[in-house]
Amino acid sequence: MDIITTIDLTKKFNDFTAVDHISFSIKKGEIFGFLGPNGAGKTTTIKMLTTLLYPTEGSATLSDFDIIKERDDVRQKIGVVFQEPALDTELTGKENLDFHARMYGLSKDKRKNRINDVLQLVDLVEKKDVLVKNYSGGMKRRLEIARGLMHYPTVLFLDEPTLGLDSQTRRAIWEYIKKMNKEEDTTIFLTTHYMDEADYLCDRVGIIDKGKILVIDTIQNLKNSVGNDVITLSCSELDKFTKRLEKEDWIKNIKRHDLHLTLGVEKGEEKIPAIFEIAHKLKIKIKSISVRKPTLDDVFLHFTGRTMRDFEPESPMKEMAKFYNRRR
Amino acid sequence: MMGREFQAIYVMWLRQMKRFVRAKSRIVASIVQPLFFLFILGSGFRVATFEGVSGDYLHFLAPGIITMAIMFSSMFTGVSVLWDKQFGFLQEVLVAPIKRTSIILGRTLGGATTALLQGFIILIISIALGVRIPDIFGFILMLIMMVLISFTAVGFGLIIATKMNDFQGFQIIMNLIIMPLFFLSSAFFPISESLPAWLKAISFANPLFYMVDGMRGSLTGANNVFPPLVDFLVVFFVCIVMMSLGSYFFSKSEA
Repeated sequence: MDIITTIDLTKKFNDFTAVDHISFSIKKGEIFGFLGPNGAGKTTTIKMLTTLLYPTEGSATLSDFDIIKERDDVRQKIGVVFQEPALDTELTGKENLDFHARMYGLSKDKRKNRINDVLQLVDLVEKKDVLVKNYSGGMKRRLEIARGLMHYPTVLFLDEPTLGLDSQTRRAIWEYIKKMNKEEDTTIFLTTHYMDEADYLCDRVGIIDKGKILVIDTIQNLKNSVGNDVITLSCSELDKFTKRLEKEDWIKNIKRHDLHLTLGVEKGEEKIPAIFEIAHKLKIKIKSISVRKPTLDDVFLHFTGRTMRDFEPESPMKEMAKFYNRRR
Repeated sequence: MMGREFQAIYVMWLRQMKRFVRAKSRIVASIVQPLFFLFILGSGFRVATFEGVSGDYLHFLAPGIITMAIMFSSMFTGVSVLWDKQFGFLQEVLVAPIKRTSIILGRTLGGATTALLQGFIILIISIALGVRIPDIFGFILMLIMMVLISFTAVGFGLIIATKMNDFQGFQIIMNLIIMPLFFLSSAFFPISESLPAWLKAISFANPLFYMVDGMRGSLTGANNVFPPLVDFLVVFFVCIVMMSLGSYFFSKSEA
């Protein structure tokens, strides 16, 4: 059963198209991830689905409710953890949670228990009576995640849930997301630009870039589409070698990069001698070669033509800016 | 269902109370500023005679200052939605399964409570300075007027907050619209026969005039131009319009 369905969902900001006619559906009970670089349109999509932005074009339903016409019904069904902090810094951590619990109509006993539970989960019990303005960036993030989990939503949206967190907290949060998904049957829609996060958590992944969905599938199928094994090699005369290899039908796909080639193949170890043989005939020198199982990085590279690392020169600065803004 | 809406209104109100109590400097400033007006203007103009002011000038001035205190405080509440927008908290509120009307109601009640507290402090000081309350019905009408003024100002603040993206816009509106309207509201000097016709015309078209005139009529029973009930009806009408517009714009806003 599909819990979210979008048809040609589009959002334009003046001339800039942030989300460009995307159509996809999410099944009830799955963990679905949008994987893409900063500015790909992930957050904008979430904001439309959570009724915070009006789509420019297209439509979507969540739990059979129209996100434009039945906004109040949609909101009943969802929980959201925003990418930017959405806390009242003049209240304490506990007061922020209490505010949320009451907004979502939790009864008195449930409020008390649940607040304690989630505080424990994110390890903020000792800080619960401290004003949020005195929290560090990481603490704020943890509090927000605790808050998003509080009211047992049907669909939980997590926009970059572990951005800027240490690896220990990330692990704990991943485990809890999985637990939520299994035990409460919460459908989870998350966005991330961390490959490991998508790989670990998601049943299915949609790769999104420049406002468009390039592919949606299970992680296994995506990896298979690249090939069972990935061979990376560097050599002299890359272009010539690429042309020659394209004639071999046992190579599922081939991608030429600046300094290396990646080949998707079956039984990679057995193909290495064949590759050397071809290179030898062309008098091409292979400088290095390796075989490995495909990762989401390979998948991403395959569909976008870039690695996530290509975006990174700007992202550390962006994150720093974000932290700076958070503190203000 | 209704329980949840009430719960939400309550917690919105509670949040404002907590923030209000914690912002000590704001409390002090919001009470001290109108007192400055009351004492400085009150003492300075006491020796002057105005056409249309009978009795002590301080008694003429006090209702205007109470109105001003309530107006500014309430408007600040409405505009502080901008704050929530910039700090991201507005998203948390907007994504909750709560009717927009409840969100606005909670915020308005919170704003009205703090504004009325400030209004009462000025009122008590005015009474201590010799302002007399002639009759109980007038006093009750004044209380209702105070609530209406507060709601109107919150509504107006909401309109500004949803139409502006920064505080500069709010400053401009305060300086270029609200302050002149206040000067023309008869809060500081009466709108008497011998004023230029255009000034009178603007004054009588100014909603703030009916607020101040109504407060004056119902509180002191002297120096008012219109019967307090007429003022009340005008203010009531303005209040409905402002609250409706504020709610409409707020419900249409994107986070």
